[in-house]
Amino acid sequence: MKKLLAILLFTFPSVVFAKTWQVKNIIQLQNTVRIAQKGDIIEVFAGEYLFKDLNIDKSLTIIGKNFPVFDAQFRGEILTITANDVSISGIEFRNVGETSMIDWAAIKVLESERVMIFNNRFNHCYFGIYLSSSNHCSVQNNRVIGIPKEEQTTGNGIHAWKCDSIRIQHNYVEGHRDGIYFEFVTNSIIEHNYSTKNIRYGLHFMFSHRNAYQYNTFAKNGAGVAVMYTKGVLMKYNTFKDNWGGSAFGILLKDISDSEIEHNIFNSNTVGVYMEGCSRLNFKENIFNQNGIALRIQANCDENNIEHNNFLANTFDVATNGNAVFNYLKENYWDKYEGYDLNHDGKGDISYRPVSLFSTLIERMPQAMILLRSFTATLLDKIEKIIPSLTPENLKDENPRMKPNLIQPINA
Amino acid sequence: MVKVIKYVVYDIIRNRFVIGYTLLLLVMSLSFFGFESDPNKGLLSMLNIILMVVPLVSIIFSTIHFYNSYEFLELLSAQPMSRKTIFFSQYLGVCISLSLAFLFGVGLPTYIFEGSERGFTLISSGLLLTLIFVSIAFFASVFTRDKAKGIGIALGLWFYLCLLYDGLVLSALLTLSDYPMEKASLVFTAFNPTDLARILVLMKLDVSALMGITGAVFQNFFSSKIGISVAFFLLILWIIIPIAWAFKLFNKKDL
Repeated sequence: MKKLLAILLFTFPSVVFAKTWQVKNIIQLQNTVRIAQKGDIIEVFAGEYLFKDLNIDKSLTIIGKNFPVFDAQFRGEILTITANDVSISGIEFRNVGETSMIDWAAIKVLESERVMIFNNRFNHCYFGIYLSSSNHCSVQNNRVIGIPKEEQTTGNGIHAWKCDSIRIQHNYVEGHRDGIYFEFVTNSIIEHNYSTKNIRYGLHFMFSHRNAYQYNTFAKNGAGVAVMYTKGVLMKYNTFKDNWGGSAFGILLKDISDSEIEHNIFNSNTVGVYMEGCSRLNFKENIFNQNGIALRIQANCDENNIEHNNFLANTFDVATNGNAVFNYLKENYWDKYEGYDLNHDGKGDISYRPVSLFSTLIERMPQAMILLRSFTATLLDKIEKIIPSLTPENLKDENPRMKPNLIQPINA
Repeated sequence: MVKVIKYVVYDIIRNRFVIGYTLLLLVMSLSFFGFESDPNKGLLSMLNIILMVVPLVSIIFSTIHFYNSYEFLELLSAQPMSRKTIFFSQYLGVCISLSLAFLFGVGLPTYIFEGSERGFTLISSGLLLTLIFVSIAFFASVFTRDKAKGIGIALGLWFYLCLLYDGLVLSALLTLSDYPMEKASLVFTAFNPTDLARILVLMKLDVSALMGITGAVFQNFFSSKIGISVAFFLLILWIIIPIAWAFKLFNKKDL
């Protein structure tokens, strides 16, 4: 027993000798942060703490009891973390001011490792959580709610720049510019987040390779979700819904390659998926429901596999802007399919062309949208179906399913 | 006047044609809503019926009815009644019977299967279209004494409004595609009641599609309270203007 204790003491000195400080006002908080030793725990009791720019430069665990309020009164940042192994939880951050020179954030993490930020609330902050060159950090169970203004004067909810192996889980972000923003973030996991009512994108990333996005919901964002210049993305079991507007997309994929997009639901978006310059994507078992245009594939996409998806009650199934198409549609279910299945193998005997003439027409003159579902539009579509001339000849599903593909529902 | 209207309505309802029309609408509505699992698709199929069949039947039936009751009109003219009473009791009689047929054939099933705001918009625009095409039919009928010519004019108007007009708009948009046509295309729709009715219903059904770049213009216009009231006002103008003009002609006409 003594031996064991000795080993424990030897192995976890910082844990065992960690001191717990209790803090009830701002002076105590500032002093404690200054004198506390590495590994100490600071318990902050409920109350209002008005301060700005507090620098955490050693490994501390700050725990809020009953959500103490840290208020910067719009004059600067709240916490700046420049040490490894810092943990912040149970605190309500408020009123971070906006600047155009520096991105002020409620919590800014600079070049630190293994920082944990969880169970906090952020209200009316310019940037909520800002991770910069910080690896192995985790951001969990936070509620980040902003009051959006102009695109230039609103910050991102959760912002990460040049990070590796971070985890963003179970957060709720509302009313920022981009709900979740990544640039040069790699090998990270983004799960179970809910991003809504942001004025630009619910999720926005660039140059962020090999990340996994699962079980997230992106709803009612100004322009949906936009992801760019990335390879090796895994997107599964996400829901993209209710993104309406002139340039709103369920998800916009620009220069994305070698990625898997599976089991997602795209519901009631102006454009469900917009693909530009994408290569070697696997689109499998997604559900497209009640979108204006379910899938928009620009002609500069190639080698994409679109198979076993269900297209239900969309106004247009697929739209494109050229005739050269090098993408593969296979065994999807299209509710507009009118073919037959003589040998009863569950696949239609004649191929389905998802691009209608009318959608091609709208491509050229968007104002022709007023003729949607008129006799003329229907007539044009029927003629085109019999004698295809304007729509891309080889964009077709050779084996459309007669019944919807069985797709497991998302059980988050 | 009420007496004459009552007589006209009884006369029409006893007519097998209107009963057949009601049954046809009823069967179609029930089968559309019954076969489609998604009530949205049912509504879309109903929209096609409302945009093609309802105007056609309304305009042809009203024209034929007008010419068939010409002798009755002459008889009434010999009575101490103003031409206004005679004309409008005929008009209202046809309107009431066709509206009843529509409400029973389309309104009732729509209300049962999709009694939402969308269903209500569909029913009200179909009803307005019925009234509009009865007005247009009366206008075509007073235009000429010759029955064949009258039916010809009525059919021509239906053909123009329901089939040709959209094609013309499309070619106009194609030719002028270098110019910003968003506002102009809004104006185009005002000149065709079927387009107005279609867009009113579509604004409730295909919102996400219409919300595209141009869609935003329509969305802003047609989903605002002002836009909807303007659209309904225009549809009502489409009822009033042809019938008022027709009455003007009828008033001066040598029967």
